[in-house]
Amino acid sequence: MNFPMIVYILGWILNFEALFLIIPLIASIVYGEATIVPLIITIAVCAALGVPITMKKPKESSLHSRDGYVIVSLSWIVLSAFGALPFVFSGAIPNYVDALFETVSGFTTTGATILSDVEAVPKSLLMWRSFTHWVGGMGVLVFIMAFLPLSGGQNLHIMKAESPGPSVSKLVPRIKTTALLLYSIYLVMTAIEFILLLFGGMTVFEAMNTAFATAGTGGFAVKNNGLAGYSEFVRMVVTVFMILFGINFNVYFLILSKKFKDALKISEVWYFLGIITVATTLITVNIKNLFPSVGAAFRSAIFTVSSVISSTGFTAVDFSLWPELSRTIIVLIMFIGACTGSTGGGIKVYRIVILFKSMGKELHTLIHPKQVKKIRMDQHEIEHEVIRSVNVFMVCYILVFVISLLCISFEDYDLITNFTAVTTTINNIGPGLDLVGPTANFGFFSPFSKMVLIFDMLAGRLELFPMLLLFAPVTWKK
Amino acid sequence: MNIIIVGCGKVGEELAHRLNEEGDNITVIDIDSTKVNDVTSRLDVLGVTGNGATHLVQQEAGIRDADLLIAVTGSDELNLLCCLIAKKEGNCQTIARVRDPQYSTEAPYLKEELGLAMVINPEFQAAAEIARVLRFPSAIKIDTFAKGKVDLMKFRLPENCVLTGCSVKEIATKLKCDVLVCTVERGDEAFIPNGEFVFGEKDIISIIASPANANAFFRKIDYKINQVKDCMIAGGGDVAYYLCRILRKAGISLKLIEKDPKRCEKLCTALPEVTVICGDAADQQILLEEGLENANSFAALTNLDEENIMLSLFARVKGCKKLVTKINRIDFFDVIKQLDLDSIIYPKNITSELIVSYVRAMKNTIGSNVQTVYSIIKGKAEAAEFLIKDTSPVLGKPLMELKFKPNVLVAVILRGNRVIIPRGSDVIEKNDSVIVVSDIRPHDISDILD
Repeated sequence: MNFPMIVYILGWILNFEALFLIIPLIASIVYGEATIVPLIITIAVCAALGVPITMKKPKESSLHSRDGYVIVSLSWIVLSAFGALPFVFSGAIPNYVDALFETVSGFTTTGATILSDVEAVPKSLLMWRSFTHWVGGMGVLVFIMAFLPLSGGQNLHIMKAESPGPSVSKLVPRIKTTALLLYSIYLVMTAIEFILLLFGGMTVFEAMNTAFATAGTGGFAVKNNGLAGYSEFVRMVVTVFMILFGINFNVYFLILSKKFKDALKISEVWYFLGIITVATTLITVNIKNLFPSVGAAFRSAIFTVSSVISSTGFTAVDFSLWPELSRTIIVLIMFIGACTGSTGGGIKVYRIVILFKSMGKELHTLIHPKQVKKIRMDQHEIEHEVIRSVNVFMVCYILVFVISLLCISFEDYDLITNFTAVTTTINNIGPGLDLVGPTANFGFFSPFSKMVLIFDMLAGRLELFPMLLLFAPVTWKK
Repeated sequence: MNIIIVGCGKVGEELAHRLNEEGDNITVIDIDSTKVNDVTSRLDVLGVTGNGATHLVQQEAGIRDADLLIAVTGSDELNLLCCLIAKKEGNCQTIARVRDPQYSTEAPYLKEELGLAMVINPEFQAAAEIARVLRFPSAIKIDTFAKGKVDLMKFRLPENCVLTGCSVKEIATKLKCDVLVCTVERGDEAFIPNGEFVFGEKDIISIIASPANANAFFRKIDYKINQVKDCMIAGGGDVAYYLCRILRKAGISLKLIEKDPKRCEKLCTALPEVTVICGDAADQQILLEEGLENANSFAALTNLDEENIMLSLFARVKGCKKLVTKINRIDFFDVIKQLDLDSIIYPKNITSELIVSYVRAMKNTIGSNVQTVYSIIKGKAEAAEFLIKDTSPVLGKPLMELKFKPNVLVAVILRGNRVIIPRGSDVIEKNDSVIVVSDIRPHDISDILD
């Protein structure tokens, strides 16, 4: 384990956090809020720790795969731990565990909140909350790699650990160029959404927050009633962009490099869009009586479905009150999640497709025991390694899920609340059902349960293994 | 530059590593997914799994935007096919590793007719390197020129040398030697000498000459090159075959020990002046019987690294002066370095070194008519290679009638497979490759004319 290098990179995390915090600081100056001092203190703390550490690069800069995992999980923990400070210092969220929950929920792009009155929180801190979504969506370390000359190819271990999906695909040979490309696409798409939202009648502050929250597929809103109070146009824009940010970013890269045919060939995206279509249709039919017209029902349905499957978690209507079929479909698509290589969470469409294909393969081998069959996707054979890692991921996912559910069940809330609380945090979505439904919040849980859910959010965002490895003794053995 | 490397063996990985560090964008292709995964997890490169000789795989690796494809798989035919397809598909430069002697004699054909930029034969390059070590141990530097056809030897004039006080043109008249002086370094100064240039004490000079002429030249100026007189070679593989071919020209007496009788027959036919001994080189008795103790030099070139190391250590104990050991695996470089083995030759390193320098040169020539640039004295003198087209102003006239800029020297003319070290009466013809040494960096052959 290369501890000097791990500390060095954590130092850079703190430096970048100090930089990130300048955005809410500007907001705080613009809106003349009392949060200037707490923000400056936090920036000072981050810089005071980060700058001395990063003065000198360790001589031995090689990273092995275990270093990669440890760096990723520790980075996210450090980032959240310090990111929570402005909330505590300013008194907006006095309890540190609550503030941590809010920050982790931000960085992991979950969007679950413990605040019952969002509008009472200073605007600069709301801006920070939304900005954490934006940073967390594409990945902090990817961001750092875009700007820092870390050690060559070993960065891939980091990228592997941070980026969603069972296999990492670089767009171009160099990680640095790949990271820059991804962030450019991300930035441009966010900017386009921001402009469209301004046209929809949002204020600059609202449009910026909403664009950040959509881009990271986070879902923090700046109004207590979510997006319900805005125009139909705003919700349409947000719907479209939630879907766009849930799509594999390779598609945009291929479009940019004018390989339109290849862009259309990524089957995961078609499955993703297919699932959205089916879920929307079923829910529209199921809820049409609750709305004045089928059109209104359809708009609510597609907004909710895109919001949930992309793991954004914006709310416009309280789907907790919908009929059981719709509620069930919503919970099911929570698990599916977005595409690999997007900013979304969940199990990922790619893994689900592979799981179904492996099931098919297994059934085939029962009928034809000697048959040799390979699982294919996008004209490529899926390597056994990938299938194995998907299977192991599923097993870990179920175990983490079950243990978390058990842990928070001690508090005696009903099963739907507990079940959807874990579902929505581990899949980085935001709202669940009943007590944690779209109109409710997570404030009532005990600090212990909140810590469990914080772990789930981090584990979900980092796709389980980095967080599990952090607590596995084997990682720390020499 | 965007470079695609087909084949993720040791050479492929080494190349990916080196070129990546030079700032090129590398994509590697291999049919074995574990190899691709290994390389991509160690290096910042893109990996594609598949057969590199199919256009679909090459497209996936981005052949359209590639500047260069390097094929270094284990199979000659596959490498050539990769290059052909890349040429059709992407219009990029191509380099193939071709090690079968039957193909490597075809190298000029492959280059001209199939459009390959470079055909590299690791065994031949290794042999050339060994030959240099044995022939000219006291040189400061020996560069291979004109894609391996010409040697540029750089050395310091000894004290009280006959050349001191001589002018360049007197070399031909006084010494009756056919060598070409390319550059002279005196302290911090560098010159590209014309006929009137006078040599000084302790100048560092670089010359171009054929091996025989070079030997005669060194003898006449009384320069001790310490060339070995004889060499005992253990193992009769391709490297040994090429080595014998090079060394016999330099008049070194050779003794070759090979186990396989059939191979011995073949070697004997191909190399009549070499003493071929059929026997196991690992047998100490045979080595001693053949006079290892009195041998001037010993080259261990069997296919087993361990055996080579043992043999060299044995030769050292028996008092052999000059040792050459061939090592295929580069992994244990640090350990082997510490052994008392004299010169160690890594064919794989030589291959990647050559390709890397080719790529560097290629980068320098982008945007000009120069085919390749070699650096002779860093920043002060360069050799540039041009292909002469039929409209060129240098065509058809003897060199002495052309008016060159100062500090310009036409060093070599390559006509097909022939190397000409030009005199004033020589004429440049169409389709010749001309190597020009100068302190300017010409972009076109017309730039060297006044």
